[in-house]
Amino acid sequence: MAEPSVATRGQKIAHLLRELAVPVVSVMLAMGIGSVIMLVAGYDPLVAFPAMLKGAFGGGRQIGETLLRATPLMFTGLAVAYGFRAGLFNIGAEGQLFLGGLSAAWLGIVLAGLPQPFNIVMMLLAGAAIGAAWAFVPALLKAKVGAHEVITTMMFTYIGRYIVSWLVTGPLKAPGQIPQTSQLPPESTLPRMHDLFGFLAVSRVHLGFVIGVLVAMLLWWVLKYTTLGYEARAVGLNPWASETGGISVPSTTIKALCISGALAGLAGVTEVMGVHYRLHDQFSAGFGFTGIAVALLAKNNPLGVIAAAILFGALSAGAGTMQLEAFVPTKVIFIIQALIILFVAAEQLARWIIGRTRRVGVEHAS
Amino acid sequence: MASPIIEMRGLTKRFPGVLANDEVSLSLHSGEIVALLGENGAGKSTLVNMVYGLLTPDEGSILVDGEEVNIRSPRHAIDLGIGMVHQHFMLVNPLTVTENIVLGAEPTRLGAIDFPAARASVRELSSQYGLKIDPDAVVRDLAVGMQQRAEILKALHRDARVLILDEPTAVLTPQEVRELFSVVRSLVADGLSVVFITHKLEEVMSIADRVVVMRDGAVVGETRPADTDMAGLARMMVGRDVVFRVEKKPSRCGDTVLEVNDLSVLDERRLEAVKGVSFSVCAGEIVAIAGVSGNGQAELVEAITGLRRPAAGTIALKGKDITHGTAREAIETGVSHVPEDRHRRGLVLEFNLMENMILGDHRLAPYSKRGVFDYNVISEVSKKRIADYDVRTPSERVKAEALSGGNQQKVVLARELGRDPDLLVAAQPTRGLDVGAIEFVHSQILAERDSGKAVLLISLELEEVQSLADRILVMFEGRIVREFEAGEASDEELGYFMTGGGGAKFAEATVEGGAVDG
Repeated sequence: MAEPSVATRGQKIAHLLRELAVPVVSVMLAMGIGSVIMLVAGYDPLVAFPAMLKGAFGGGRQIGETLLRATPLMFTGLAVAYGFRAGLFNIGAEGQLFLGGLSAAWLGIVLAGLPQPFNIVMMLLAGAAIGAAWAFVPALLKAKVGAHEVITTMMFTYIGRYIVSWLVTGPLKAPGQIPQTSQLPPESTLPRMHDLFGFLAVSRVHLGFVIGVLVAMLLWWVLKYTTLGYEARAVGLNPWASETGGISVPSTTIKALCISGALAGLAGVTEVMGVHYRLHDQFSAGFGFTGIAVALLAKNNPLGVIAAAILFGALSAGAGTMQLEAFVPTKVIFIIQALIILFVAAEQLARWIIGRTRRVGVEHAS
Repeated sequence: MASPIIEMRGLTKRFPGVLANDEVSLSLHSGEIVALLGENGAGKSTLVNMVYGLLTPDEGSILVDGEEVNIRSPRHAIDLGIGMVHQHFMLVNPLTVTENIVLGAEPTRLGAIDFPAARASVRELSSQYGLKIDPDAVVRDLAVGMQQRAEILKALHRDARVLILDEPTAVLTPQEVRELFSVVRSLVADGLSVVFITHKLEEVMSIADRVVVMRDGAVVGETRPADTDMAGLARMMVGRDVVFRVEKKPSRCGDTVLEVNDLSVLDERRLEAVKGVSFSVCAGEIVAIAGVSGNGQAELVEAITGLRRPAAGTIALKGKDITHGTAREAIETGVSHVPEDRHRRGLVLEFNLMENMILGDHRLAPYSKRGVFDYNVISEVSKKRIADYDVRTPSERVKAEALSGGNQQKVVLARELGRDPDLLVAAQPTRGLDVGAIEFVHSQILAERDSGKAVLLISLELEEVQSLADRILVMFEGRIVREFEAGEASDEELGYFMTGGGGAKFAEATVEGGAVDG
């Protein structure tokens, strides 16, 4: 009785391992080449990597910092991944993120004095809505006249960024020298995790991380178990067969790009509500663009995005310690990040290496 | 007999869950045409891909000129004198015929490609074997038959002694097939050897010196055309007797199901592809549209199935107007569609069979309730349909791309018929299928008719039209030029009207007049 289920579980694990092989090999290759670069530049990778690991996972505070940095990448990674599943390249997550941040900075002040749970829900919804709205125009152009979303979402990123720049230096500028909005009242912010759960170590990670994980799980479910996700995947894989099956390709495109935009908007909301408590025009370190790399590494699987975002968060959080203790400039981390993306993109290369090691293994065995 | 050029000894190839080739042995002598016959998925392509260096055998050996070789790549195969023309051509479309032929083996002078020399060599090869082709034509502009010639010339340019043709006739017109056969004969007269992969019995009978029949990855027999007949070959290939002529009862025409009135449809270039067509199909009747490809059939099908908006006229299903309905509305009103191109329109190849089985019904109960799937129901329905339609697959969780062409078509049929439609629109439902699968598809279409469904069949195959249809409409240049009752017209008569004989004279005149005006 138990045997068939064991067999399927074995198959499932084998399948999962195959799926994980490319990302894992890519990360290892990137670390390897990163080491060579460090050696050439006169640094010791055997000091640098342990230092980085310590900086990322060495203690409760470090882990919290890693998760904090993973949070916006999780949202933007999900945004890009969902678009990809529907055959759309939302390169403009950065712009949708800025608009989401803007909505939170404004609404948080408006809602001052109201209960915190209410404010959190309202601000998340508003940020998702404006992110979706910012993606709607490119989506409409794509669906109606075929304008390529790579161009239009990118252009909308510029528009969004500069609108925010103008607002924080002008109409929404808080009193003082610095171009930023006024600080949000406490009831309009996301609580830190250690404030919610006393047993956790003190760190900057906030409720946004948990929301991100929940959203990732929701998205995984949507893709697999709902007609909405089914139609998005069908259109992404084969628009002609989808059309023949009665799926409207234009409306599926619009829905998918708007959902993608909503997710990117949430990245902006959680950054403003959980980290900065206000908006300034440098509040995103290119999260929208790094999200593309996160989605690629996760192979557009929402659950994979959680892991990929944490990896990128760890690289970013560990970079500081690496610089302090091994004197390796943080820029090396950017090189490693770029290499990871390169190897994931060059999937065939990783596959070839996996194939070779397997063959060598077989030869050794025989 | 002289020693063979190529000898395959006990070749075995496994793919995850499939034994694609099981100890296959085959030898090929100089000046010989060997037909490799088998159903889709019998392992023919796997075998020749190993010889051409695209796959590595798990077991067994390949001998070329009596010496064992380990063919690592197509380049290596070419060096050994083996050329292959794939089912899907490997040509660079924007380049000319000459550029394509010399690509990878360019004659050079001072480091630059010597185009005069290249062109001369193409001309020489082309006249030597009767492969007429314009060396300066751009590949993209050529008809399929011509592109195939370019592929053959490419192999000859690299001094192939052995030419492998993978289902070369699948994409050709009857005229092009005849021309290909005469080319192949002139090649073997010159000492080349040809491996001819096919699942069409007539072709085997007319061209092969020797036939090797494969089934389920193994060689099940070898014979000469003179020693057998089509029924004998079919039996070897399928493993049982095959009925060629479909037995059918006379049709009992019920209520009118599909009513098309004065329908005009534009194509992509906004030219009128369907010009004022009217006809009807009643319940329990198969109406076939016969015609040469490109005479408006595709646009007509798209209009009826809601994929293309008609420019004028009306379409009604059971009295309900669906002229301007979407594909979704067509499906929901009771139109099922077996598309001509199953890879492009029929299936999402990367989806598993469960996901493909519900495409078009995925919003409806019992598969989906309030937008959420019930995978238990979906899996049960899929399993039942896989059994009912004899889809050969390890499970319903396999991706559609892993199945053979015949089994993919069975999935499409299972979905479209399982929906219990009022009208089935089947566009070339047996294209590229082998005899066993064709027999199955035909019997399913007839069963639909006998259960009182209306069937509109679009086919380029006269045999299919003749054996299935209760009524035949001949379409030429966007018009229905003639209508026949079943058994009323001979193949020759149909062919005559399909190619513009008789009633289509005025159509040609209009076209010419238009050209003069323009």
